[in-house]
Amino acid sequence: MTETQKKQDVTDRIWDFFCSLKLTIILLLLLSVTSIIGTVIPQNASASEYIRRYGQSNYELFVKLQFTDMYGSTWFVALLGLFCVNLICCSIKHFPRTWKFFREPVKVPTSATLSNSKNKLEISSKDSMDEVVERVQNSLKNDFAKTVRTDADGKTYLFAQKGIYSRLGAYMTHISIIVILIGAIIGNVFGFKAYVNIPEGGSVTHVTSRDGSQRIPLDFEVRCDNFDVEFYPDTRRPMLYASDLVILKDGVETYKKRITVNDPLFYEGIIFYQSSYGPAGDATITFNATDNQSGETLEFSAPLRNRVQLADGYSVIVTDFTDNDRNFGPAMRLHVITPEGTHQNPVVVWQNFPEFDVRRGGQYSFAMLGFNQPYFTGLQVAKDPGVNVVWAGCIMLIIGPFIAFFMSHKRIWVCIENNGKAIKVQVVGNAHRNQAGFALAFDDLMQKVEAAVNNESPTKEG
Amino acid sequence: MGSDLLSTQLSNLTTIAYFSAMVMYIAFIATKSNKVALVATFSALAGFLIQTGAIGMRWYESYALLGSEHGRAPMTNMYESVVFFAWCIVGLYLAMEWKYKYRAVGAFVMPVAVWAMLWGQMSLNKSIDPLVPALQSNWLTYHVITCFIGYAGFAIAFGVSIMFLIKIGSEERHMKEHGNTPMGGVLGMLPPTRVLDDYNYKAIMIGFPMLTLGIITGAAWAFYAWGTYWSWDPKETWSLIVWFIYAAFLHARFTRGWAGRKAAWLSILGFAATMFCYLGVNLYLSGLHSYGGV
Ligand code: HEM
Repeated sequence: MTETQKKQDVTDRIWDFFCSLKLTIILLLLLSVTSIIGTVIPQNASASEYIRRYGQSNYELFVKLQFTDMYGSTWFVALLGLFCVNLICCSIKHFPRTWKFFREPVKVPTSATLSNSKNKLEISSKDSMDEVVERVQNSLKNDFAKTVRTDADGKTYLFAQKGIYSRLGAYMTHISIIVILIGAIIGNVFGFKAYVNIPEGGSVTHVTSRDGSQRIPLDFEVRCDNFDVEFYPDTRRPMLYASDLVILKDGVETYKKRITVNDPLFYEGIIFYQSSYGPAGDATITFNATDNQSGETLEFSAPLRNRVQLADGYSVIVTDFTDNDRNFGPAMRLHVITPEGTHQNPVVVWQNFPEFDVRRGGQYSFAMLGFNQPYFTGLQVAKDPGVNVVWAGCIMLIIGPFIAFFMSHKRIWVCIENNGKAIKVQVVGNAHRNQAGFALAFDDLMQKVEAAVNNESPTKEG
Repeated sequence: MGSDLLSTQLSNLTTIAYFSAMVMYIAFIATKSNKVALVATFSALAGFLIQTGAIGMRWYESYALLGSEHGRAPMTNMYESVVFFAWCIVGLYLAMEWKYKYRAVGAFVMPVAVWAMLWGQMSLNKSIDPLVPALQSNWLTYHVITCFIGYAGFAIAFGVSIMFLIKIGSEERHMKEHGNTPMGGVLGMLPPTRVLDDYNYKAIMIGFPMLTLGIITGAAWAFYAWGTYWSWDPKETWSLIVWFIYAAFLHARFTRGWAGRKAAWLSILGFAATMFCYLGVNLYLSGLHSYGGV
């Protein structure tokens, strides 16, 4: 064997390896098995979390094997890359064979096709050749597809086909997977995932990347006018999270939207999603203090942990509050400070039960009137210029398998000849998928063709 | 809670109908009586129609109980999904029975539906609760419907594969000893393995595109809810694992002619992964993954 032959042999072998369907199946199963790892081991958690859960030595092993960010690990990405290479090579290898059906359809059946076909009809007619040819042509045109005529060695051949595009279903499916991956790469390279918290009334011009590593500037300003959280009546089950967002471009309000979960705001390719919320600064508590000796009541409104002066040198601090204390509704905790500076024992006061504190019988009794908690709204922010490519791939991934599985390329060949005594008509057909279904359709069609050749209307036959 | 609803009572009737259908399909294998088979089909169909009513009723009840703004399609919690799973299995099974006319398959498919109904009716919370904000999306409905039709296809393929494996050994022995003559006995009543193998493939051909749609609608929903169509969370990853397994099944089939035992085992493996994706992830894995967002 010469040197070049050997080289060719090696490249052929490599090419065959990348084209092989065995590789596809192995890769599909390998991807399935390895994907499990990341569903069992939490991903992208902190080192201390892994050590607590699995111990130091396992943690070091995980880091070495890249299990802590498995889906982004070199080996997993390599596996996905190999999968794409396999997909592309295989499609390249097989496409010419498929393309031949389009470029050079077999219009004249071989004698083997004529005699070995499972779907076959043979009839003869006493009418003239031209009449018979025309009848068959019309019949196939009406009930199947337009025919192409070839005259060769004294015989007339007709060819008709349907659904040739179904041969492309597998290619469309395979390309769709590549398209989706390209869309994902575009999104990763040119997009970002970030978050931002905006207090009610506040605005931002930057967002923070989700891993916290970068501040990403925006070309505009986002203001949150208001955040709402609502609960279903008499439950703690959230019903709605909503933020009223305003986009300001060069200080001018250009767009406004009330976003909710599942209904984000889109602006210049950047999307803002309602994601979380939390308290922004201290709540202001409103309460009444009644001097139990004079009976005088005063209303106060003060931020949490601010000291409020009462009469006679007494003061009070609200140290804590909740909007629902053990299902008794809103409550606050406070303590009174005497003129001497002694902090008395803390007392809990429920908004819905003001009489409880009257019964306590201290110097003052308190009644909670309400509170106002300012919130911040937590937004996920994403820019993904690849997402439409991904959706295009997804649509192909829906249509492709449908075409590949449920449609088929159906072909019919007719050979018409004058054997001296009569006009002999042979019809054969095949389909590249769903042969059983085609066999039935073929029989139906042949009844019509036979009727047409005999020049009778098929309905008369009953 | 929820057991006093009319829809729940209809679901109890459904369970009974599916159970009788299962018994009759098994009886059909034993008796070879076409009358028994007809009763089996009729019970399954009656159960399916009653359940269709039950699902519609529960949908209506959600409006009656939660108010016109908060009613929703009944596909939002474990109970609703598991009974919907049973509905999809029986619906798809009946469609395939009508098309291909193999009734013995019912004996191996109905048990999955009966299990789903019993589990749902006996031990899951049936109350109709309003939706938390994350679930208030039409994508939820599209996502659940497509995924469960996919799962139903795989459940049917699973039942058929079990039948296949039960039958294949003795069929091969029979062929060796008696050639191409009909097989007797109970196993003789099962469709020929060649047919079962094809049925396995046909059910997966329906299930696979539906699962694809289910994954895509899930991705679309995730994109509209929190901005990432794919985040490798355990549920997503497991659905992809299932998808890979069935993709391997189909390729092994179209191009390498893998049929018979290997195909049956791969189909069983696929269904095991499907059930893990549906139930196992919620039971064993969910606590591990802290998920950004809502
Ligand atoms: C997931 C959906 C997929 C579907 C529906 C699908 C469909 C098909 C079909 C119908 C064929 C047969 C082609 C024919 O006989 O003309 C095929 C072949 C093949 N597919 Fe896929 N495919 C899918 C995904 C993949 C993936 C992810 C790979 C990965 C590498 C792949 C690799 C291959 C290979 C190598 C062949 C052999 C081609 C041939 O022999 O003609 N496929 N596929």
